[in-house]
Amino acid sequence: MEAALHRALGLTDDEASDIERILGRPPNHLELAMYAVMWSEHCSYKSSRIHLRRLPSSGAEVLVGPGENAGVVDVGDGIGAAIRIESHNHPSAIEPYQGAATGAGGILRDIFTMGARPIALMDALRVGPLDDPRNRWILEGVVSGISGYGNSVGVPTVGGELVCDPTYSGNPLVNVACLGLLPVERLVLGRASGVGNVAVLLGSATGRDGIGGVSVLASAGFGADGGGDGDADKRPSVQVGDPFEEKRLIEACLALLDAGLVVGIQDLGGAGLTCATSETASRGGVGMDVDVAAVPRREPGMEPFEVMTSESQERMLAIVAPEDLDEVLALCARWEVRAAVVGRVTGADGRLRILDGFDGPVLADVPATSLHEDAPRYDRPLAGAGATAASPQAPPPPTDAGADLLALLVDPSWVYRQYDSQLFLNTVEGPGGDAALLRLKHPTTGRDTGRGLALTTDGNHRWCAVDPRRGTAMVVAEAVLNLACVGARPLALVDCLNLGNPEHPEVMRQLSECVDGMAEACRALGLPVVGGNVSLYNESRGTDIDPTPVVTVLGMVDQLERRPPGVVLAPGTVVVLLGPRTVDLGGSRWAAGTAGGGRAAGPLPALHLGRHQQVCALVRELVADDLLEGVHDIADGGLAATIGELVARSGVGARLGQVEGHGELFGEGPSRVVVCVAEEQLAEVLRRAAVVDVPSVVLGRAGGDRLVIDGLVDLDVALVTSAWRDHLPAALAKRR
Amino acid sequence: MSRRIGVVVFPGSNCEADAMEALEGLGGEPVVLWHADATTRGVDAVIVPGGFAHGDYLRPGAIARFSPVMAAVADFAAEDGPVLGICNGFQVLTEAGLLPGALQKNRGLEFLCTTVPVRVETRRSVLTSGLEPGAVLRIPINHFEGNYTCSSETLAELRAEERIILRYVENPNGSLDDIAGICSPARNVVGLMPHPERACHPLLGSTDGVALLRSFLDAAARRSTGRAVSELAPRPSTSRRDPHSIQTS
Repeated sequence: MEAALHRALGLTDDEASDIERILGRPPNHLELAMYAVMWSEHCSYKSSRIHLRRLPSSGAEVLVGPGENAGVVDVGDGIGAAIRIESHNHPSAIEPYQGAATGAGGILRDIFTMGARPIALMDALRVGPLDDPRNRWILEGVVSGISGYGNSVGVPTVGGELVCDPTYSGNPLVNVACLGLLPVERLVLGRASGVGNVAVLLGSATGRDGIGGVSVLASAGFGADGGGDGDADKRPSVQVGDPFEEKRLIEACLALLDAGLVVGIQDLGGAGLTCATSETASRGGVGMDVDVAAVPRREPGMEPFEVMTSESQERMLAIVAPEDLDEVLALCARWEVRAAVVGRVTGADGRLRILDGFDGPVLADVPATSLHEDAPRYDRPLAGAGATAASPQAPPPPTDAGADLLALLVDPSWVYRQYDSQLFLNTVEGPGGDAALLRLKHPTTGRDTGRGLALTTDGNHRWCAVDPRRGTAMVVAEAVLNLACVGARPLALVDCLNLGNPEHPEVMRQLSECVDGMAEACRALGLPVVGGNVSLYNESRGTDIDPTPVVTVLGMVDQLERRPPGVVLAPGTVVVLLGPRTVDLGGSRWAAGTAGGGRAAGPLPALHLGRHQQVCALVRELVADDLLEGVHDIADGGLAATIGELVARSGVGARLGQVEGHGELFGEGPSRVVVCVAEEQLAEVLRRAAVVDVPSVVLGRAGGDRLVIDGLVDLDVALVTSAWRDHLPAALAKRR
Repeated sequence: MSRRIGVVVFPGSNCEADAMEALEGLGGEPVVLWHADATTRGVDAVIVPGGFAHGDYLRPGAIARFSPVMAAVADFAAEDGPVLGICNGFQVLTEAGLLPGALQKNRGLEFLCTTVPVRVETRRSVLTSGLEPGAVLRIPINHFEGNYTCSSETLAELRAEERIILRYVENPNGSLDDIAGICSPARNVVGLMPHPERACHPLLGSTDGVALLRSFLDAAARRSTGRAVSELAPRPSTSRRDPHSIQTS
């Protein structure tokens, strides 16, 4: 019976014998269920942990690095910025609205668990092509889920990404990042301490939703029909969100922390109560008795294993001194938040015991640390070449570069108009630009520091499919350049590694290469990795997704005196390309679309991190000194997409030249940016570029009602604008 | 002369801090009015801010209207106190019967967060007393249920009494007669879907909300000195209606 049971719970035979060795006896059903969720790939990082160690995580401004609920960096004036990114890929494939909504809810709890008020969300969305109705259903559901939850819970969504590509058919990626602010003295960690203290469960009652979410759903691939009906029986493993409950929970928890009434606090996410109790106990070096009968339930007849592994949303576990309990309960009552004492901190034997009544029978008795510290760590085999070979032949030149340019343009505003992006009066630059820019106000006094925080989320599966190592480095580089476009210097990075099945050696090779590329770029750019998430088993129909590391980088604007120039093409300004001239088409969207049948060939253009650093510093300085009228970096879609977006967003044409053929137009070589400069500032901008050895070329001038790129493109501005604006609504068959 | 402005907080409200920040920036003194306390604490004016009071469950404002504080707000309004409902606050005021009509889901059935032009239609309200009719303001909207509707009799009344105070220049949500904001017969209770508090700082892209909130603060100041809050706007001759008799669609 047990063999079948542990396998059904997602444990291997070896893992099951490890558990028996740890306990010195065979585990009972409840114990096995607890190990199964805690030792799942999602919770234990058992396949990735040995690789993640290679990421640089220290820095002068880092207050909390990886391993806690969120990374925290010092942003001055006694303010800490907490940041984290999480995936909710598989739940969103099965049940898009709730999958995405609870993704947002979960990341918010990670942030306020640290004592920080969440002030901004970012969402990076990747779905299959929109000509497939199932992909449209997923995108519309995911966007409504984030909108419905994020808006209601009262945290603005200030930016993100939208990518549609066949690699995500059947396995969409929904990555959500959150930024929060805390007074540094309120920083709390998820630790239990003080024998005799009580563990209070706050928030929702516990139901049968989300049981096995981390193991059954998150840590296994999708079947033959790719998240389709064959996987519909996993739908009960998706949790259901209640943003109003979460809103009250946020206010209650922050009030408890302000009043100094908790000694430790931990959110309940993946693996639910098992994870929260064992982690707090283990981090605090103590044990805990949990009375499973004291857990408020949504329905009668729930088994202890269901209570202990349920992933019902909107719950927190607070560790409270007994003398403060009445005050805690009163404060929770004010916010209409349910609170129940479910545990007691016990001695240093470090046992996590699950009881039926504090004086009742012992249902489970395991060493708390064994649930995560003793989780297996796999050094899984790697295979395959990291980078694909050079493409055998260059793709033929375009027959109509203008049409190819138009095909690259997508206005994502249909997505972000559904998100409140302005709440808290911080949003200087909202969604749609190169990076979001927020005023930095003190989280408790509200005092304006005169500084700004910038956020960007970036990923590029085409680059990473061609060369996971350099592709990932280019993604980090792009993020830093995006920050520079709003005048920000990078402070810290969090990452979400979205990959296929780790039991496939090629996928483990990709993971290893992605980590190395990220580490290289972060070291060279002085950027600590303060947290991360690994999402594996992103596969359907037996095919792994292209490796998709997504990074969120937090940046700082030291003096925020005016709005940054933004993605603007002002008539009469001079259009200048800053950065290296490159004609390499490797990994580009154009090459994948025309010659590659969806697959981009290698090799990727060269990335010189030292030179990249100089370009970023130059752009930052030009923005800070108000020398630019408009700015937009070059990335996905190359110079063509950058120019096309500038034209479409402003409704202004341009007459440009100096572009060295379609290679320079469509190639995605890094470290390049287009700036629009007033005539009287041109000499100064070019001089500053020359001083730091950044190549510059005057492409031409903005104005008129046509976009002309000599020898390549001649388009009506109205056509460019409508192609950009109508692309997404037309794909979704939306009336505007 | 004081300008103490009560800002109502329900569970689920989320624009209260923004309203308070904007008011403080203009010299107002915000005071929190907790939903469970049946008092307006002697303030000179009341704002019901945006958000999702009680999660907008059932429908926006449907539960919040029963909060103890709303009885106090109704008394305050009946005594000529200036009351401003922004977004969810507007929805609460219609549910509470302090303003006529209702806000239904946007045409297109999608949430909308964007900045839109709105036209000032009258200066005869506590929110628009300092503005010229015809002035066009750029103010953010942020709602799913902002599509104003009311009976044809109510609409005729709103028009005849010049109680439509703001109209959308380009109707974003299907609102009847492009209505973005209305006032009560006595012109002291105002509701609007756009968020003036989001347009009060140059870094945020628009400062067009300043003139609106200044007008409201002026009304608060007048009240604190015992003057009629709408002295720029003489009360029309029609008698005050029982709010609960107003049909909402």
